[in-house]
Formats: sequence, C-alpha cells, structure tokens
Amino acid sequence: MAYVAVKGGERAIDNAHAWLAEARRGDPAVAEIGVDQIEAQLGRAIDRVMAEGSLHDRGLAALAIKQAQGDLIEAAFLLRAYRTTLPRFAASAPLDTEAMQVRRRISAVFKDLPGGQVLGPTTDYTHRLLDFALAAEGIAPPRAPRADVTDETIPSVNAILAHEGLIERDAGSSGEEPADLTREPLAFPAGRDVRLQALARGDEGFLLALGYSTQRGWGGTHPFVGELRVGEVGVEIVPPELGFAIDIGDVSLTECQMVNQFAGSRSVKPQFTRGYGLVFGHAERKAMSMALVDRAMRAAELGEDATAPAQNIEFVLYHCDNIEATGFVEHLKLPHYVDFQSELETVRRMRADADAAAIREAAE
Amino acid sequence: MAILARAKLAELAELLPGAPALPDYTVLRGPQSGLVMLRGRAGGGGEAFNLGEMTVTRCTVRDAAGGVGHAYVAGRDGEQAALAARLDAALQSPALHDTLEAQVIAKLAERQAARRRAEAERAAATRVRFFTMATMRS
Repeated sequence: MAYVAVKGGERAIDNAHAWLAEARRGDPAVAEIGVDQIEAQLGRAIDRVMAEGSLHDRGLAALAIKQAQGDLIEAAFLLRAYRTTLPRFAASAPLDTEAMQVRRRISAVFKDLPGGQVLGPTTDYTHRLLDFALAAEGIAPPRAPRADVTDETIPSVNAILAHEGLIERDAGSSGEEPADLTREPLAFPAGRDVRLQALARGDEGFLLALGYSTQRGWGGTHPFVGELRVGEVGVEIVPPELGFAIDIGDVSLTECQMVNQFAGSRSVKPQFTRGYGLVFGHAERKAMSMALVDRAMRAAELGEDATAPAQNIEFVLYHCDNIEATGFVEHLKLPHYVDFQSELETVRRMRADADAAAIREAAE
Repeated sequence: MAILARAKLAELAELLPGAPALPDYTVLRGPQSGLVMLRGRAGGGGEAFNLGEMTVTRCTVRDAAGGVGHAYVAGRDGEQAALAARLDAALQSPALHDTLEAQVIAKLAERQAARRRAEAERAAATRVRFFTMATMRS
C-alpha cells in the first residue's frame, strides 16, 4: 500500500477539529455532561470500553466516552492508545473468580445449587418497554431491598459439575508464562492463552454473531449456561521490592462457564466439554459469546471437524479486534490518489485494448 | 495494604485529622502511575492467560521515624498512593502503630466490610426461592 505525502489542508483540519469540539459540546443551553456522570450512570458503556480497550479504569473509560461522543469503538481505541504511554509494573496472580464478591450468579443447568440463583441487578425480566418516567428528572429510584446473607462465598459450579466425571476438568497449570498479544504479534498455531486474550478484548458484536452462528448450526455445540457470575475480584501482585503478595484493589468481572454436549472422539469419551468467558465489567452477552467461540475454536483439539467460521482460529483471531478492524477499514478514507491514478491508467488501457479487439473482430 | 489500597483519598482525608500527625517524609519513588497485567485461568482453573490491564499507582516514602512505606493502589490517584505509603511507613513505628491502627485502619476496614455486606445483602434479596406446586390428591 503506497501512501502519498500530502501537504496542505492544515487550516481545514484545524477548523474541522474546532467544529468537532463544538459539536461534541452540543447545545450550550443544555448542561454539559460530567465524566463522573458518565462513570456513574452509563455503566454498561464503561464496561464495554474497558473490555475492548483492554484497560480496567472506569474514570479513563468515562473520559474516553465523552471525548468520542459516545462512539464506543473510538473510546476503546483511545484507551488502547493511552495504555501505551504507561510502564507495566507487574502481572497479577491469576484472578480467583471463586472468591468473587458476587453481585449476580445464575446457572441454567442446576436449579438448586450451593449459593443458589442470585439474579442481581439484571434486565433479563424487564419488559423492554420504554420507561418514560426516566425522561422526567428528579424521580428517586426505589431502594434496593436487602436480605440476610446465608452463604458467605458462592462456590463455582465447576466443582459441582466435575463431580461425576461427566464434565471435562481444567487441564491444570504448567506454570508457564502466558503469551501476551500486547508484546508479541499474533502467530499461529495460537494456544488457548492467546485465543482467550484476543477474545477478552475482541469486539462484542463480532463475537456475538459468531457465537450465534454456532447455535444455528455453523459448528453447533449445543450449549448450556453452566454458570454466569458477575462481581468484584481482588487483585494480587508480588512487587519485587517487597517479595510478598499484596492486594492492590478490586476489578469487576463477568465470568461464563458454558457447558457443551460432546459425543466423544477416538481419544476422548463422551462427556460435557466447556467453553470459557471472562470479561471486564458487567458484560454477560460478551462473556457468553466468548465462551461459545472459545469452545468452537477447540474443535481440532477435541477431534471435531473444523468447518464453520467460528471454529476457524485464524479467521476468528484475525478479525475479532475492532481497533485493528476499524483502522484498516477506515484508512480507506486517507488519500489514495496515486494508487487510484495507477488503477485508472490500467482500466483505461484495458478498455482501449478491448475496444481495439472489438473493432478488429468486426472488421474480420 | 489491602485496606489502604481500597481507601479513597476523600476517606483518608476525612480520617487522618482525627489521628496523630504523620511524620515528615521524603519521597523515594513516585507517585508513579502504570499498569498491571491481569491474568485469568482458562476454564477458571487451567493455564493462565492475559486478560487485560488495569491502572495502578505506586509510591515509596521514607519518614522521619525511619520507616520505609510502600503503596500500590488501583487507579491513578497519586495523592492517595502517597498517603497510603506514608501510612504504611508510620505503621512501622511502634509509637504510632496502635493509634493509627485503631483510628484509621480499623475504621477503613469497618467501612469496607460494611460496603461489602450491603452489596451481599442486596444480592441475597434477589436470590430465587423456588417453590413447587403441590397437588392435593386424596
């Protein structure tokens, strides 16, 4: 791809930026939106920007959303750019999702399980009717009721499922350093560590469509939600100057254990296998989609035929990142004057050749 | 340190005036903001993978009593990290430890526990109580 160095247009660009700033502010008669308001009241947008920007920081996500005028992909792009300006201090110990302070936890496979079905602040049972009361400001919401806490910790459904040996267990850890997409470019074959990192920061819409495609028969795996949990998890690091683990705060996460029917193969007995989703923030659609696609990409490992798009690891990983995708699609707006000139020349020559051939044919 | 890492600047600013003054100090490092790469485990218990990063601010101070204090706190608040490091240093001084523990750390811990409890109680109120329709047949 050849780019032309284009001079000129500086004033037009400056003026465009000034107008952008004015347009972002909107009608000055309407109060300016505060970053704190975005952070407090547009939580799901914050969560999506943190997940796809691959940076857990609610305040920065709110600022990015304000700057991007609510364009969430642009906001995630801003976070990705910002993170490159910061040094990395450490990698955390693997997050202990079992010890999560659970806000919501449901299972679609077991009705009565230890810890129970905890709905949390869900939209699942709302009627999706526009609530015009929200358009009138100053109406205080009802206070969320409270009840006595019976289970201090809610055990992971994994342990319960593994009980009979009918469900695949986790492979266990070799203790090896996982690959890191922020340090090394994507390479194939891509291990599950690379795949999960790419999915965790992948585009929600793309993964939703791919997950949906597996349900509709394009690499079907007959999934059940084994468990979905949302809440806060403590983060532990071991700073070299201290030499022991310290807790540095909490992150909010959504985790999905998808359970899939599996007929078995030559090497593995019939059992249920699992796909895994783990995403920043409260992001159930994304975590479920991630788990579906994670399981689909394990086709080759489990001896299944990989025929559907969601099972094609290269296809999924090369296209799930919306920052890369938007960069390549949107770069088409940049000047391609020389490219296009050369193509124009080629098409003119081809047409002249075709015209000449037609005249020759008519003469014969 | 876990309690200080979760203490917002406003809370520290509110509790510190009621406690003995923190010793003078010199900053050895920071406050400096950076990143921590968060890791998960495939399937919840398998091989580690890189999930994404979070912002963290760190600070190290030495105070007049000779204590070296460290802080790593989630987010980008340099003042919070510096205060947390000064408290970490002061808590090493036998003269200050017990009063700071009682007047700052214990109170922070109490508030944090209350917030966690409130969250757990709201969750508990949304726990489904299944009931089964029983048929009465004679």
